[in-house]
Amino acid sequence: MIEVIKNTKIDFMGKRKVALAVSSVFIVLGLIAIIQVARGAANLGIDFAGGTSVQIKFNTPVKLQDVRQTLTDSAIEDFDLQDLPTENKVLIRIKKKEQTLGELSKKIIASLSDKYGEDNVVVDSTTEIGPKVGSRLRKDALWAIMAAIIGILIYVTFRFQFRFGVGATVATFHDVLAVLTIFFLMGKEINLILVSALLMIAGYSLTDTVVVYDRIRENMRTKYKKNTIDLVNQSLNEVLSRTIITSLTTFFAAFTLYLFGGEVIHEFAFAIMLGIIIGTYSSMFVATPIVLLMGEEKAFSKK
Amino acid sequence: MKKEFFWRISLIALATVLSIVFFLPSTQLSSSLPEWLQKYGIVLGLDLQGGVHLVYEVDGDKAVEITAERLASSIGNTLKEEGIEADVKQDGLKIVVSSTNEKAFDTVASDFRILTEDSRTDGVVTYALEGAEIDRIKALAIDQALETIRNRVDQFGVAEPTIHRQAENEIVIQLPGVKDTKRAIELVGKTAILEFKILDDEAPVAAQIPGVINPEEKEGVMQEFADKIPEGDEVLFGKIINKETGVETDRVYLLKKQALMTGDFLSEARVDIDQRYNEPSVSISFNSTGAKLFEQITTNNVKKRLAIILDENVYSAPVIQEPIAGGNAQITGTFTMQEARDLAIVLRSGSLPAPLKMLQNVTVGPSLGKDSIKAGLNAGILGAILVIIFMLVYYKIAGLIANFALVLNILCLLGVLSAFNATLTLPGIAGVILAIGMAVDSNVLMFERIREELRLGKTPRASIDSGYDKAFWTIFDSHVTTLITAVVLFQFGTGPIKGFAVTLGWGVFINLFTALIGTKTIFDLITTRTDMKRLSI
Repeated sequence: MIEVIKNTKIDFMGKRKVALAVSSVFIVLGLIAIIQVARGAANLGIDFAGGTSVQIKFNTPVKLQDVRQTLTDSAIEDFDLQDLPTENKVLIRIKKKEQTLGELSKKIIASLSDKYGEDNVVVDSTTEIGPKVGSRLRKDALWAIMAAIIGILIYVTFRFQFRFGVGATVATFHDVLAVLTIFFLMGKEINLILVSALLMIAGYSLTDTVVVYDRIRENMRTKYKKNTIDLVNQSLNEVLSRTIITSLTTFFAAFTLYLFGGEVIHEFAFAIMLGIIIGTYSSMFVATPIVLLMGEEKAFSKK
Repeated sequence: MKKEFFWRISLIALATVLSIVFFLPSTQLSSSLPEWLQKYGIVLGLDLQGGVHLVYEVDGDKAVEITAERLASSIGNTLKEEGIEADVKQDGLKIVVSSTNEKAFDTVASDFRILTEDSRTDGVVTYALEGAEIDRIKALAIDQALETIRNRVDQFGVAEPTIHRQAENEIVIQLPGVKDTKRAIELVGKTAILEFKILDDEAPVAAQIPGVINPEEKEGVMQEFADKIPEGDEVLFGKIINKETGVETDRVYLLKKQALMTGDFLSEARVDIDQRYNEPSVSISFNSTGAKLFEQITTNNVKKRLAIILDENVYSAPVIQEPIAGGNAQITGTFTMQEARDLAIVLRSGSLPAPLKMLQNVTVGPSLGKDSIKAGLNAGILGAILVIIFMLVYYKIAGLIANFALVLNILCLLGVLSAFNATLTLPGIAGVILAIGMAVDSNVLMFERIREELRLGKTPRASIDSGYDKAFWTIFDSHVTTLITAVVLFQFGTGPIKGFAVTLGWGVFINLFTALIGTKTIFDLITTRTDMKRLSI
């Protein structure tokens, strides 16, 4: 029997104050990030901000600064040129709220085709989003995250006690906000794909929380005479190895996506990886302490 | 073998066989399969096979304005036919009729019931379109636009187009697999309002207007002549492209604003080769009402020039030599064959009730999809191998059983997606790969439970049973929560994200089956048939 983690006696709850402080910072920063996103002040993807993006694949290697120069020479302004991890691919983004869509992407493609020859320039994709769609998608995304979290709160409350529901919800919210915060602080793009990753994280981070809660509930029934803190610590130590292993296997899958999944999936996988790590942490250090906060003295003697 | 086993094994076998059968049409073998099976298969999303996703907004206000314009012209014609002297002017959504003959107002009141009287002074009555009518016209405009776009897309030939209404006044068009995306966008978005107007060559200012200008001079000309254009006239341009040099210039026209005829009376449009210049042109035929009207117009305007205008661009303005009966006309210009063909399609399927405003345009070239599928496949295989090796090393024989469940899981997921003709998108592929990582989670939870029971000194058999029992609800709960987010994602997401929700949702669902029934059955088989003393876990 290989066991990575065996008979640990970590005093999880002893560190809960530090953990709660760290997590509070994440939550506050995350809320700031949400406000910035809602205001349109963050590095929003063009699906949220409105604008134009063109992804070009060159058949022969090109220099990024040449491409930049070509675009500048064609009087294309305020563009953001990005070299994609895939060979010879560049992404040109312009977050300009144009009233008539269609002209800008044509201009970009024409200027590059002129310079590099039409056979050399393959248009992978063009995306043009009007400002109206952008702001609607932004609103929808916030609602979707809220709806998912409320759904989870209801389910967990129904299956456990209300305080577990609150703990799970805060933990889920924390995970989503923490990943958003990291993306926000790193200046990474906040777009629809990230929102789907956040929703996926919301669902997945609960797996670990449920494992922990289940064990606490079980121990509540059998070892109800124990001190609450000890009981929780014991439960966490008991499930530590499975919490880590389940996270690990999903992490493997996300990691291969990160490395080999292609440019669109790259950031998505990065968010999932962060989410898995943070979700594992939060099931122990956020979800559980909150249950205690809501009634440490009220020993788990129900049922 | 116990009866209970028989059923469980049969169920697993059946799921495996069905999954393989339904997945086959998604592979390259598709064409050699029986016909009933060929209709199944995973559909590649727009992001994987290339194509266009468009969202347009129908300009309802413009549709109302166009309706008002047509009403004014129609009132003018009706009064003329009845021999009533009257002056009809359109001003935004209002139509002003001035006449000394009271009968004029009676006629308007009885024949044009959609108008309401706004104000009346001596001999001048203002009519307006009212709120309810405006709403009706706007609603109609969207229905009409949908219908017209459907017609055009049908004639363009797209395998599986999706065209539907969204929100109040938006139209979503998805054209997967379209290679010439630029052409498709032009075809769908063209307003295609065909109008016939008479040139006002008699106005004194007509002689001062320049003949041919460069495109950038357009605005200057408009400004210069803004005050000099006679009332009821307008200036329009006609694009000319020099065939040799490709240089674009514009011819300037001064026309009577009122359209004598529109494309509404069109019955047919087809491509012809113009005999004189050996160039493609589009021949149009009017229906019988249109033919009569056209004959009347040409009779009344002999020796004048009649402009053929499509979407505010004058295509040609030939002199009417004699009245034209029979209801045929020709649109000439510097078309390529393809452009002429598309114009014919657009004219045949009718004009859009109002210009469309593009809100969103996502175009994916076919090469990106191929790259994405390849990358996804590589990542998936590698991810699966990593997980499989880890489980084998960490849980030995039990890991092998979990890996069997993992393979069964992937197989069933592909089978189900194929059987339901689900759309696989790029995030959807990511969903499948994450499902691989999550698939073994349930087994990990059970194995850890079983290990715990073993440590307590229970027999392998008893450990397995109680391990499964105790882990069941944990597994169930964690699956339900993921399912909740999948449902939300499905509700909220557009195309690619919906695809992710679908694979994630099914992945979770199938996972419950393979983990709870699949692995348990194998464990039971081993423990009942051999008298196991030690469990390799």
